[in-house]
Amino acid sequence: MIKLDSKVPEGKLEEKWTNHKFNMKLVNPANKRKYDIIVVGTGLAGASAAASLGELGYNVKAFTFHDSARRAHSIAAQGGINAAKNYQNDGDSVYRLFYDTVKGGDFRSREANVYRLAEVSNNIIDQCVAQGVPFARDYGGLLDNRSFGGALVSRTFYAKGQTGQQLLLGAYTAMNRQVNLGTVKLYTRREMLDVVVVDGIAKGIVVRNMLTGEIEKYSAHAVILATGGYANTYFLSTSAMNCNVTAIWRAHKKGAAFANPCFTQIHPTCLPVHGENQSKLTLMSESLRNDGRIWVSKIKNDMRKPNDIPEEERDYFLERKYPTYGNLSPRDISSRAAKEAYDDGRGAQGQEAVYLDFQEAINRLGKKVIEERYGNLFEIYQTITGDNPYEVPMKIYPAPHYTMGGLWVDYNLMSTIPGLFVAGEANFSDHGANRLGASALMQGLADGYFIIPYTIGNYLAGDKPILVQTDHPEFNKVQKEIEDFISKLLSIKGKKTVDDFHKQLGRIMWNKVGMGRNEKGLKEAIEEIRQLRKEFWKDVNVVGVSNDVNQCLERAGRVADYLELGELMALDALNRNESCGGHFREEYQTPEGEALRNDEEYTFVSAWEFKDVGKWELNKEPLEFESIKLATRSYK
Amino acid sequence: MSHQKLNLTLKVWRQINAESRGTFEEYKVAVSPDSSFLEMLDDINNELERKNLEPITFESDCREGICGTCGLVINGQPHGPIPRIATCQLHMRNFKEGDTIYIEPFRAKAFPIIKDLMVDRSAMDRIMEAGGFISVNTGSVPDGNAIPIPKDIASESMDAASCIGCGACVAACKNASAMLFVSAKVSQFALLPQGQPERYRRVESMVKVMDEYGFGSCSNTYACEAECPKGISIKNIARMNRDYFMAKLKTENLEA
Repeated sequence: MIKLDSKVPEGKLEEKWTNHKFNMKLVNPANKRKYDIIVVGTGLAGASAAASLGELGYNVKAFTFHDSARRAHSIAAQGGINAAKNYQNDGDSVYRLFYDTVKGGDFRSREANVYRLAEVSNNIIDQCVAQGVPFARDYGGLLDNRSFGGALVSRTFYAKGQTGQQLLLGAYTAMNRQVNLGTVKLYTRREMLDVVVVDGIAKGIVVRNMLTGEIEKYSAHAVILATGGYANTYFLSTSAMNCNVTAIWRAHKKGAAFANPCFTQIHPTCLPVHGENQSKLTLMSESLRNDGRIWVSKIKNDMRKPNDIPEEERDYFLERKYPTYGNLSPRDISSRAAKEAYDDGRGAQGQEAVYLDFQEAINRLGKKVIEERYGNLFEIYQTITGDNPYEVPMKIYPAPHYTMGGLWVDYNLMSTIPGLFVAGEANFSDHGANRLGASALMQGLADGYFIIPYTIGNYLAGDKPILVQTDHPEFNKVQKEIEDFISKLLSIKGKKTVDDFHKQLGRIMWNKVGMGRNEKGLKEAIEEIRQLRKEFWKDVNVVGVSNDVNQCLERAGRVADYLELGELMALDALNRNESCGGHFREEYQTPEGEALRNDEEYTFVSAWEFKDVGKWELNKEPLEFESIKLATRSYK
Repeated sequence: MSHQKLNLTLKVWRQINAESRGTFEEYKVAVSPDSSFLEMLDDINNELERKNLEPITFESDCREGICGTCGLVINGQPHGPIPRIATCQLHMRNFKEGDTIYIEPFRAKAFPIIKDLMVDRSAMDRIMEAGGFISVNTGSVPDGNAIPIPKDIASESMDAASCIGCGACVAACKNASAMLFVSAKVSQFALLPQGQPERYRRVESMVKVMDEYGFGSCSNTYACEAECPKGISIKNIARMNRDYFMAKLKTENLEA
């Protein structure tokens, strides 16, 4: 059993973080350069952490598998970033952002963490503006806001439809400045393949140089993983091709508990699948739901073109079911409603798709306004599908997008391995069972700019970790394990490609561990994944050699990890006998088909401890709600 | 959606490493018009892997045209025949039955080939590290609304900032110049009040590193703008030239 101590500070909710910051131990400024910190991943969380730690004077080593830090998938976030500025005078506050996030997460997140997130949200906006992030402004020159799902206030800051890009470039430039000053050393084209744990404490990492194939060792006083989520377990997702779970999965196998793996977010507004060779799915920003109306035909198997279906034969199902939030209902609820419509035989022209229609908004606001707001998104849509959304409604369908689960961390964002910190999507901390739109960017930057730089100092000053040299036997042992793992993959020489296995796993996950889950399906999924894993290790063909650029080998290692994680996702879903947020168990629903939580038995975080491949032990962190009363989540 | 597959002949640049000589290899494919260009290459790679042959090395990541990882020269054009998109957004419906398609890496002195279609564009990061930032530490910054910025200035800055750093401008230029890329960053900050304190030092440092890495000069052919997937305007180059000239007038570093 792992002892799960959340380390949430005592005191009133509003004072916890302030008090904690004061009570934390500090590192003498002159001593900071004597501490080495490894940051893996250079997305929002990683780049902002590396930059901030470098500014403080630590000796930072930042790693990315990309050729440039700017390519991390944070770059693809479109819509925006939340903050409780209340610039719109519409009643927003830190408490409201906190409340919306806890409610949006279906009461499965840690209150204190979420409150802190809301608290630092305003600093993020100020920081990014100072860095030169060109946020959208109104005619008075002040920052503009838009609305997002799950909120009744306008608190989302944006930079066209490219907010993630601009925020990432802000963090990337801040980090570049430190690279220039010599406090951050950047290692590109390195894929982390394991964490090195000596006497129970994280002491470094082992990476593969993706150009030469060399296995390299790096030591540090503390390691931060900011390596993103695991939605690519589904094969088709909105994640980038190279997003993977390997860094956190290998850390999990070294002792870091994995929390809430079944909490995955299926985003309602993605482009539908076009065919068997589809490589990934494209997201259309949720901001489109500000002005777009979602509907299907009232008639089953209606093959008419959307513009031939008269107004009275259209079912605006979100507006009908959730009149208060309507088209801005949270993601999990909107996705399930779309699936319901399809399952009812009312998919757009029989496809796995629903319509997202801008006609009413164009009539009301004019084409120019719509173009200004969504022009680039409309262009993307037309490029991919060949249809013009100014004239024909878009077709959209839900797709795996984000994973709320991740490595378990305490209030200081440290995993169950001392010295191993986890930031951004890679941890489980703030979104509970469902993440609200425009909150991922907020969390990534909160962790990197404003939380880890404090808490890591407390760890270094308090625990006084000692640097282990890379010729330590444990480093050599891990290096040997990785080399053996790679040799084994290359020696199988089977008949199926890595993609064949990944696609097969993806189908199992989408069908049985996707938007709707049930006991029978989950049990089948576990069996099928085990079988597939066995087959993978007998019949995969990894072409090429280890000491060269080898993309086939890179993918094979990642798929090997998905084949283990997929089973844990199904196991966690099977274990959680309730429906909450993105986790919908068909056995547990209200007569109207809404998610039915079981607060009595499941108000806890599942933190799975790795015992062996296919074997885990469940640890529970009970969740206590002191400020917010547990309530049925209603968006009606 | 169309179900009729297109039969195409691909001539793909294969090169084992930077030192070796590359050559075009021919592949015959039948592909759905709804498929993307890179999905077609995925298919070929899976077929190659099935035959235990080395797949074609090419880079891509987001496949939404924003990360800037992908970049192929398709029939002589960086990112292919359709303007204002990245390679990953190109769909096969833009080709005709029986077409022959030449696929090459981005070519420039500053972008050495690593393998097949994969090149080393790290010189662009070195330019960014030299000065492509505003020097502000985390914390202790004023409120986001403390300095109002006119909407059109913010928009113009945003347009420059939308550069994805793919390097198509360099690949398109007969001089392999990186002026469009560098000027986009210089302009983003030069337009904003936050960027003023370091305005001239920034442009000087960035241009210096740009020259060191062997990028060529701009001779105003506008090929970069035509091929840029984000439509970055060459007006930015004009702005950078003006700032660079000012920087040289104001500089403390006198060159004898």
